[in-house]
Amino acid sequence: MIRGIPRLLSASALLVPLCLLVVPSVLAAPAPPGAVIASDVPDDRGHAILVEWEASPDDDGNGAVTQYIIHRAAAGGEFERVSTGSPLNGSDAMGSYTDVSDDIVNGEPYRYRVVTVGPEGESAPTDSGEVMATAQWFNKGRWRMFLAVLFLSAAIIYWIKRAQSKEIYLRPVAGLKAFDEAVGRSTEMGQPVLFVPGIMDMDQIETLAGVNILGYVANMTSRYETKLEVPVSRSLVMAHAREVVKESYLSQGRPDLYHDDMIHYLTDDQFAYAAAVDGIMLRQKPAACFYQGKFYAESLILAETGNSIGAIQIAGTASPAQLPFFITACDYTLIGEEFFAASAYLSDDKRLIGSIRGQDVGKLIFMICLAIGILYVTLAAAGVPMPEQLDISRFFDVSGS
Amino acid sequence: MLLKRWIPLFILIFVGVLTLTSWFVPHDPIGNLQDDFAQFFDIIASFAIILGAANLIKLQGTKIARRKRNWQYSIVTIAGFLVTAYIGLNWHAYIGGLTDGQSYLAGTHVNRSNSQFFWIYWNIFTPLSATMYALLAFYVASASYRAFRARNLEATILLVAGIIVMMGRVPLGQAFTGWLPEAGFWSAFRIEKVADWIYTYPNAAGQRAIMIGIALGVVSTSLRLILGIEKSFLGEE
Repeated sequence: MIRGIPRLLSASALLVPLCLLVVPSVLAAPAPPGAVIASDVPDDRGHAILVEWEASPDDDGNGAVTQYIIHRAAAGGEFERVSTGSPLNGSDAMGSYTDVSDDIVNGEPYRYRVVTVGPEGESAPTDSGEVMATAQWFNKGRWRMFLAVLFLSAAIIYWIKRAQSKEIYLRPVAGLKAFDEAVGRSTEMGQPVLFVPGIMDMDQIETLAGVNILGYVANMTSRYETKLEVPVSRSLVMAHAREVVKESYLSQGRPDLYHDDMIHYLTDDQFAYAAAVDGIMLRQKPAACFYQGKFYAESLILAETGNSIGAIQIAGTASPAQLPFFITACDYTLIGEEFFAASAYLSDDKRLIGSIRGQDVGKLIFMICLAIGILYVTLAAAGVPMPEQLDISRFFDVSGS
Repeated sequence: MLLKRWIPLFILIFVGVLTLTSWFVPHDPIGNLQDDFAQFFDIIASFAIILGAANLIKLQGTKIARRKRNWQYSIVTIAGFLVTAYIGLNWHAYIGGLTDGQSYLAGTHVNRSNSQFFWIYWNIFTPLSATMYALLAFYVASASYRAFRARNLEATILLVAGIIVMMGRVPLGQAFTGWLPEAGFWSAFRIEKVADWIYTYPNAAGQRAIMIGIALGVVSTSLRLILGIEKSFLGEE
């Protein structure tokens, strides 16, 4: 036992220098990141800076780097930690972090520092140069959209003006023509009219369009003295719809037929609302059901229940996923733009009809652009040399928006 | 006239123009207005829930008081509303008390698994919602039956396209054309490839056409509202 000790000591004496050679490479803190570049985020309100850094040489996916720590310092100030970044694991990409904060003052210089962190500690820091956040008055990434909005608005305003002196033809829309028929049918059968303005709140333009249509339906029900039932799923929609319906009844000289309970709140929850409206349908058996607004999965539940009670159903929505359900289960469906045009169409107001013509001009331009785009892509794919100026897809590249 | 017409119209035009401007102008104080208006709306909508709740209680209460048809269900509605509201507002309502390290904090009880509110949510609300959602399966079947009847040319095309897409998604359907080569000209006739083609081209083209129409309709409607020529939201024709 004792004789073995010197041999053990001599073995240890050999191992120690070996460990001294190996241990630093395993246990030392990782190498710092490469260059750190800080730049102002373009087209913003001036409180954001983009920080990018090259990966640490040790960041090759073997666990030597666990994260990067990003620090920020104002001119002459101390560095403060602002965020962390994930390891890049041997990727060629640079690490990046967008520092968005109201603490970043417009026009003041800042510096950034990135530190690599591994199981054995933090690396030495790598600092960026000075950078200033600046605010812009126009978002250059959205210039195409700006032009499109400008052009569309000009076309619509032009046709609104033009419509006042010129008769404009609108193609008949079967769904809109059927409004009278549906309310008339309810009147003849002595059954109520059910109007569902979707399940979303007043911040959705579909709800607004739906409540606009409700005004016209209320005009008809007040004229024909037909009962109108409007269950809603949002309190604000209830308050707004009440005003609209009350004004409609007043304008038709029948305020006596109006009462607040015609428009009543059920619940904010999607399926609870669907269940409650289904219950109203099965109990009251409305002869006409209008679904005009924004809908989700409850669309088919409502429309199929309406179908089962034999009601004439007219739907209108801008939710593409719900359109097939409504088309299948309802008698008439206002698809997308028809739905938005409905209130203008029903009003017979020349200015509103003019706006629809302006919208059609916009559509024509889109169709021409699409045709050019299809032709360009098809010919280019066939190997025909095409001038780059005709590549219209560049204009519609809104990835910068 | 002023309160009912001009003030709402002014607010609409003011907010509409500023919101549109803030989309293109990022600079303070305009850039943030879009988010600020959205928050204003959320605050107003949160307070408006009182209107809805009051209306619900009033309508159901009247039903019970006047013994209208099916008035018994109104008792269930009011009881459900009151019990849920009480438990939701009472942040001391925990099943078996609090576990170690937890403290009574208003609002946190809604997400804690041992709170009574959580119990109601998972054991009553969620199953009831799931039941309604599950009805969709049956409604899809009945609606599909009507839509897929080959009454005319359009319905027949829909039927054929529907069958191809469905068959292209299941192994049994793919087995029908599995004998066709996987590459070359004839591979394009394999049912899964035809299904993909229908899905990627005619379907996407139709969807995009609708989307473009919707986008133009949104611009047109917004402009009519901002310009003050669409006043049907004020009850005017």
